[in-house]
Amino acid sequence: MGALLQVDRLTVALPTRSGYANAVDDLSFAVDAGEVLGIAGESGSGKTMTALSLFGLLPHGARVSGSIRLDGTELLGLTSKQLRAIRGRHIAMVSQDPATALHPILPIGTQLTEHMRYHLGVSKTEAMDRAAELLRTVRIPDPEQALRSYAGQFSGGMRQRIAIAVALAAEPRLLVADEPTTALDVTVQAGILRLLDRLCRERGMAVIVITHDLGVMSATARRLYVMYAGRLAEAGPTSELLGRPRHPYTRGLLDALPHPEAGGAPLVPIGGSPPSLGRVPAGCPFHPRCRYAQPSCATDRPDPELVAEAHLLACPPDPLWEIP
Amino acid sequence: MTEAVLELAGVAVDYGRRGQRVRALDGVDLTVGRGEIVGLVGESGCGKSTLARAAVGLEPLATGTVTFEGHDVTPLGRRRRPQYLRGLQMVFQDPYESLNPRRTVGELIADGVRLAGGSRKEGLSRAAELLERVGLPTTAVDSYAHEFSGGQRQRIAIARTLATRPSCLIADEPISALDASAQAQIANLLSELVDDADLGLILVSHDLSVVRQVADRVAVMYLGRIVEIGETETVWASPRHPYTEALVAAIPHADGAGLLPVDLPGDVPDPANPPAGCRFHPRCPIAQDSCRELDQRLALVDGREIACHIRSGSAAPAGQPSG
Repeated sequence: MGALLQVDRLTVALPTRSGYANAVDDLSFAVDAGEVLGIAGESGSGKTMTALSLFGLLPHGARVSGSIRLDGTELLGLTSKQLRAIRGRHIAMVSQDPATALHPILPIGTQLTEHMRYHLGVSKTEAMDRAAELLRTVRIPDPEQALRSYAGQFSGGMRQRIAIAVALAAEPRLLVADEPTTALDVTVQAGILRLLDRLCRERGMAVIVITHDLGVMSATARRLYVMYAGRLAEAGPTSELLGRPRHPYTRGLLDALPHPEAGGAPLVPIGGSPPSLGRVPAGCPFHPRCRYAQPSCATDRPDPELVAEAHLLACPPDPLWEIP
Repeated sequence: MTEAVLELAGVAVDYGRRGQRVRALDGVDLTVGRGEIVGLVGESGCGKSTLARAAVGLEPLATGTVTFEGHDVTPLGRRRRPQYLRGLQMVFQDPYESLNPRRTVGELIADGVRLAGGSRKEGLSRAAELLERVGLPTTAVDSYAHEFSGGQRQRIAIARTLATRPSCLIADEPISALDASAQAQIANLLSELVDDADLGLILVSHDLSVVRQVADRVAVMYLGRIVEIGETETVWASPRHPYTEALVAAIPHADGAGLLPVDLPGDVPDPANPPAGCRFHPRCPIAQDSCRELDQRLALVDGREIACHIRSGSAAPAGQPSG
């Protein structure tokens, strides 16, 4: 059986003042049903552009090449009408900001039932029943009352849970969650991560979690893709990547995180900042910030290579670069 | 503890909401010593930011006092802020909004020097020095804030507060708007500055991991009150208040073990209508009937103070029945 989502050599070029620049550069990945895939990286790494390209929601003027197949159907090149039949129904998105994801002056009930009525053709009363059930699933107290309420009447954590309920309304097979818990408290975050995990196990829904929080990644994703400047740096099983990172960037991200085990030792930030769009250096895009950079890194652009089972690494194997 | 630079005693802050009084901060005591970082954590709506604003005099107090180096911190009014409060400064959350986009970085920092009594010329020369201190090139004086990334902007904002040679900084979520690697850089920078200049720092953050990393002491807030306060190591290694336990258990670890964090059901209650008795009891896993009535204040348990009569094991509770 093929993967639910198969992305091949996806490249997204955005117009900048000095011509087109690749925000996503030659990225390939696949997601199976019931699986949680994590995509990590700093801002500007191309995580969000990757997500938007799945929905045909890229900014005006963007050029896309490669292939995105959902269950064998090519999504690139579809008309907006064809995309409307897929968006919400088969793939849905939860974005970072619960404050803007919901419509402020439409009741929650209307927003929850819109998808169901459009995609599933259910009656209004049945849609309302299902909507109440969904709110119960995401643990909103008093769902009937909530259906008649407006977004502004809920706290940030509750709004994000409602936004997730809206995304789940038409029972999508793939949920793309872009920093779903970044703006939330750890306690609310824990609840949402457990909810997503349950939905994957119970409904066989696939989830792509996009975040720069490797703690969230570790808790949810079985496989992890680490992106840098639009390109894949390293990919593999989460436990392997976080336990024994092979790419200096993955290692850097981990060192920059406070570790519960490390006590009061100072954090080790990655020097410098990620390159902006259109100013990606030649060779390995990470080489100016890399502690292990060799002269060849400034000229040769490394492609991801299989270094172990299901483990891709875009960093030439080098005996100097061995992790203790 | 070293000499206290900032002291909050019995501080309460009220907000009016639709004619109704909402007590956002309810009887908080907190001291910060020189060279000390006090971390302030809790869920949104618990009053962390209100406490930070009250500490620098941005909120009028309903009761209590804030004392900075022996002087009363009076709420900011239309008059100039008195000279003796110049050493008390605030770093805001969003470096995209806290810097004037139409003035050069040098001018922004020079303003701080002038306010502290320096000349304009002095200001511009110290601006370069301060930028270097926070890890930016001195050439940045002629640039504008929008030319920098989020982490760099937060460095500029910090350089500006340093211009007045402060002895106490209040930082309200200074790193939560930044990228992971920039967060580590700013956390380290704040930590260094506290050591070098013997500053007191209150670090407000909803990111417990960062507080754990840099803070000497940590105060956990819930619904306008401090529920646990003590040495960071002690509180972290063995949290005693059930709310602190829940917070610590909710942090996902980046260890690749694939363990889901522990959930704390429910939301922070509306501060306009706080639960009777212990304010945490509706969400508390160890709550008993007595928790509905007893409003326990902070008491010393195992080397830190907690506000939980079950865990403090007092047969004769020190709290007074509320209502």
